Amino acid sequence: MSHRLPVLIAIVLSGMPLLAHAADAAAIARQGNGTGAAPCMACHGVDGAGQTAAGNPRLAGLDAAYLQKQLDDFASGTRDSAVMKPTASALGEEERRALALYYSKLPLPPTLARPATPMPAADSAGAVLATRGDWSKGVPGCVQCHGPGGAGVGAHFPPLAGQPAVYIEAQLKAWQSGSRHNDPLQLMQHLSAALSAQDIDAVAAWFAAQPLPVAGATP
Amino acid sequence: MNPHTVKFTGLLALVSLAGCAQKPPAASAKASPAVAATTHQAAAARPSTPTFAPPPESSIPAGPLGEVIRQGRAIFTDTPAHAKAYVGNGLSCSNCHLDAGRLANSAPLWGAWGMYPQYRKKNGHVNTFGERLQGCFMFSMNGKAPPLDSAEIVALQTYAWWMARGAPVGVKLKGAGYPKEDFKPAQPPDYARGEKVYAANCALCHGGDGQGQQVAGRNVFPPLWGAQSFNWGAGMHQLDNAAAFIKANMPFSRGDTLSDQDAWDVAMFMDAHERPQDPRFNGSLSETRKKYHDTPMSLYGTEVNGHLLGASTGRR
Repeated sequence: MSHRLPVLIAIVLSGMPLLAHAADAAAIARQGNGTGAAPCMACHGVDGAGQTAAGNPRLAGLDAAYLQKQLDDFASGTRDSAVMKPTASALGEEERRALALYYSKLPLPPTLARPATPMPAADSAGAVLATRGDWSKGVPGCVQCHGPGGAGVGAHFPPLAGQPAVYIEAQLKAWQSGSRHNDPLQLMQHLSAALSAQDIDAVAAWFAAQPLPVAGATP
Repeated sequence: MNPHTVKFTGLLALVSLAGCAQKPPAASAKASPAVAATTHQAAAARPSTPTFAPPPESSIPAGPLGEVIRQGRAIFTDTPAHAKAYVGNGLSCSNCHLDAGRLANSAPLWGAWGMYPQYRKKNGHVNTFGERLQGCFMFSMNGKAPPLDSAEIVALQTYAWWMARGAPVGVKLKGAGYPKEDFKPAQPPDYARGEKVYAANCALCHGGDGQGQQVAGRNVFPPLWGAQSFNWGAGMHQLDNAAAFIKANMPFSRGDTLSDQDAWDVAMFMDAHERPQDPRFNGSLSETRKKYHDTPMSLYGTEVNGHLLGASTGRR
């Protein structure tokens, strides 16, 4: 509780006509909620861009319903994460909703306009898997659901473009092992089972190298 | 049970007497087992349905022929962008012919190429492969037929020819078309059951309103009915085609997970929605139905849940 007072004062002093829940979300992102939720930006960056080397994903500009579901699923355990479970569990329902909305409205960080890694060749294994799939194993191209270039589609198919390769790889392995099983229709649990470690490496590198849409636009 | 279900029972009985209008001639499948057996050793045990695997995309040759093959592939997978003048909706060929027309049981191009020229009841004469493609544009794409010598038809034909090289001609290959043979529901398809199947398995991608999902003006998931979908003359508006496609291929990447009954029920739910008018509409719904849709596999001109289908076409 001791953290809240200075935050409130700062908001009042700022004179900004912020909505109450938006103010709460910004404060939680910066400071945590004072009851066990760590500050989001410690791992996801001050602008929500994520941290490439650590494999912490971008949150800025993601779909609000998707983000809220992930927080709910971290808390319930259908998306198992030693890091996120304590924080998600410490957030109330309204706080999760506010944070999801807050991050969905953050602009795409300009630092992500240029991918950190070079684009793999069009005939590389990663590019082929991402755009064509491997139908001999029943695997469609990833972009057929995650959108052109992995830009993301709606509430259920998050953007993959520009996400850290470490993160994408970890998620595919989590789907494989079942530690993440919060996917609708078990789409990802099913698909990931068909992928080899080399497939996962290659496709994660391809998406990490995809440029994000024009700065300022949300995917 | 709604009144439509009861009516449909009678219609199903009729179709078993009438036979399927769209089946390829049985004689052609029986006539060429010897060719198939010598061409494909793996198929020797079941010579009537030889198997075929299309060449990998990476084997498309360099040079002018390869360029046209690639152009055909581009049209096939993003039809509104590459054949704009002839497309009237937001669909692409690859929405119903998965893996860019390569996937078995998804009406692959390699399974169709060698079956033409073919007599088709749909228009009462022998169709070349090119004319068959024109039909796709008029009905499935709700557009207009590109001329047979247009760059679009030439590219699509070249792509299909390339994909089918080495396949026996005039033989129904294993995995050609949609797997319709002996695929019947235990109970007549039912709209209300189909609605539940749709909500549980399809709405995730195609939306609760059936309008698909778009990114930057492009369909990622195609609309299943309404103004941006296939029209009342398209093959997919027939329940047997839709049910077989859905059973084998939907939900996307999870084919063969729905029960047969669920596939038929949800096919009926999809095909009991309004869509663009059949371009052969002659002013009378009942006469157009009698002339072109005289099969229980078509709901066109019939009443479902109090709505006369085809009467307010294009309306969502």
